[in-house]
Amino acid sequence: MSTPPTTPASMSRATPKNPGTWAPRTSRSSTTGPRAPRSTGSRILLVVLYLLLTAVGLLYLLPFAIQIVTSFKTDPDAAANPLSLLPNPFSLESYRRLFGLGDAGDAVPFSTWLGNSVLVTLFITAGRVFFDSLAGYALARLDFRGRNLLFNGLLTVMSVPGVVLLIPKFLVLNQLGIFDTYAGMIVPLLVDAAGVFIMRQFFLSIPREVEEAARIDGASVFRTFWSVVLPMAKPALITLTILSFQGSWNEFTHFLVATQSPQYQTLTTGLASFVSGSLSSGTQYPLKLTAALLATIPVALLFFAFQRHFVRSANSGAVKQ
Amino acid sequence: MSQYGSGSGSVAAPPATAGGGGSAGAKGRRPGRGSASGIKGRQGLWGWLFVSPMVLVLGLFLLLPIGMALWVSLLNWDGQSNPFTGAADFIGTDNYSNVLTTDGLDRTLFMTSVRNNLYFVLLAVPLQTILALALAVAVNSRRVRGKSLFRTIFYFPSVTSSIAISTVFLFLFQGSGAVNALLKWVGISGPKWFTDANGLVWTVLGGLGIVDPDKPAAALASNGFLGLSWWDWLSGPSIAMCTVIALIVWTSSGTYMLIFLAALQDVPAELEEAALLDGANRWQSFRNVTIPALRPVIFLVVTLGLIGSWQIFDAVYVMSQGAPGNTTLTPAFLSYTAGFQDSEYGRAAAIAFILLAIIMVMTLIQRVLLRDRDKPVRAGRRIGAVRRRAS
Repeated sequence: MSTPPTTPASMSRATPKNPGTWAPRTSRSSTTGPRAPRSTGSRILLVVLYLLLTAVGLLYLLPFAIQIVTSFKTDPDAAANPLSLLPNPFSLESYRRLFGLGDAGDAVPFSTWLGNSVLVTLFITAGRVFFDSLAGYALARLDFRGRNLLFNGLLTVMSVPGVVLLIPKFLVLNQLGIFDTYAGMIVPLLVDAAGVFIMRQFFLSIPREVEEAARIDGASVFRTFWSVVLPMAKPALITLTILSFQGSWNEFTHFLVATQSPQYQTLTTGLASFVSGSLSSGTQYPLKLTAALLATIPVALLFFAFQRHFVRSANSGAVKQ
Repeated sequence: MSQYGSGSGSVAAPPATAGGGGSAGAKGRRPGRGSASGIKGRQGLWGWLFVSPMVLVLGLFLLLPIGMALWVSLLNWDGQSNPFTGAADFIGTDNYSNVLTTDGLDRTLFMTSVRNNLYFVLLAVPLQTILALALAVAVNSRRVRGKSLFRTIFYFPSVTSSIAISTVFLFLFQGSGAVNALLKWVGISGPKWFTDANGLVWTVLGGLGIVDPDKPAAALASNGFLGLSWWDWLSGPSIAMCTVIALIVWTSSGTYMLIFLAALQDVPAELEEAALLDGANRWQSFRNVTIPALRPVIFLVVTLGLIGSWQIFDAVYVMSQGAPGNTTLTPAFLSYTAGFQDSEYGRAAAIAFILLAIIMVMTLIQRVLLRDRDKPVRAGRRIGAVRRRAS
């Protein structure tokens, strides 16, 4: 919004109208100014910057590269050459074992974990997108008694640190009789406060005339919401869908305290018990890293597919603010 | 956001700022007073219908648990009976005093976890803030090409599962793992990361020949504070804890980088250019123009880091479970084990509340120090949160 005034200002600075006052400094600005022809010094600086960025970039990528490569290694190879980026010999044993195809049988109930993760993620994502939109719309646009109280309550609830709720959540699930059930895993995560907040902020930015026109035409509140406003909220809905998917796919602590039986283990709780808990045995690093890799892939794909879209929608939301 | 604040009758007279420029036109077409109150009546019903799932879920699984845990923290409850029928002993504030004031194993464990977490905060928060700021400045530089690629790379660890990442780090930091193999290239024989309980401070001072890490100085070892000797308080994070710190710095710097990036884009480029034209060098312009402009965001990142650092749980669960020698024990993990392993739910709940108090103090500091610009920053944080995961 503020672009029109700033652009001429910066342009006028780049091409000063009164050269006299700028003259004494031009000599210096030719070496340090950002738009000046590049000197050797600044070129060296740029090279150093690239080298540093590349080195740090490698530090961020190397663990993933090692993880992928190790998933194709044998146990002895992984132990002897942890840094080598060439599996020797190349082995698909980890993948075969994870899906129960190996000679050793299935070392871990990977398909159960995967199935549970898919199941709870689908339900939680669908629930969050629907319920968060409903509540966000009501908090943004519907006038009802207690709305401000609810909104302030929402802000307060958002600041409750999740880790503090480990024990308390278990107490409630236990009292409600849904500890160690799918209901106990899914229902508490069907609504998330941050998602409600995101949707509310988005609905605030949609012009009111649109709804009022629909309402004058006789549409009910729900109809107005469902057929008029919600389709306009597509960017926010996509954002919320992806955030919810990522959040529930990676969720750990809630499933850890909400379940007990192996049949309810997800990729995160299953992997955690395999790596350091009850299932843990020996090193078996290729198998562990393969399981971790397979748990990462859906979120990674999502991230690479949607990040650009996300930047755009987040930025447009910021401008509307 | 408070322009929507004064509830009653806000439909009849929406402030001009509401919803951008749209509402001004809407006002003209607004139906008469009589039908407006009818709409309002219907809206009230619909409003509550729309928010009822949220109220139900957040009430049941966020508000109610806090109340229940507060009650349980006053009991000696083993998780077997029903804590609301009077079957469990009511012991008042004993759970709290056991971990805070009364000598004993409970307090030693809790204070050890607090010490560990303090060192964690002391190292992780500055490291991740500085790294995130440096990455943001580098990626924001107009002359660097491939910025979005670098931004993607730095941010990627933040979106992946903490459990999966911890598994990878466990492999990298084993005794004969990749990290030690790398260190061997430069002639360092790395420690056994996850089994080394030695404190960093004593190890470094020992390496310099100032103290003997294996022989605590008598004055420090025999006197103490809150159940731990001064020697223990001052030992520094253990080598094992350093791996957890490395993991957190590595995963969270991308998130904070995006917050810094968003803020850097709001720093007027003309300001920096003007400084450069005035003869400042790059470092001076960064120090005297960019940093002051970023001050509120730096502060935001530090407090978010503080709040997050007191909640460290996943990495500890996967990588060390508090071992070795309880040097990676954190209050969050202690609360979990007290409940689910030792079946001392009362003590676990009490620890959770003390942790809540610590985090609330951190939040409060943020609120007080950012009070004058509370609203823009708060909105910025939410958007930052979206953008954080988004890009």
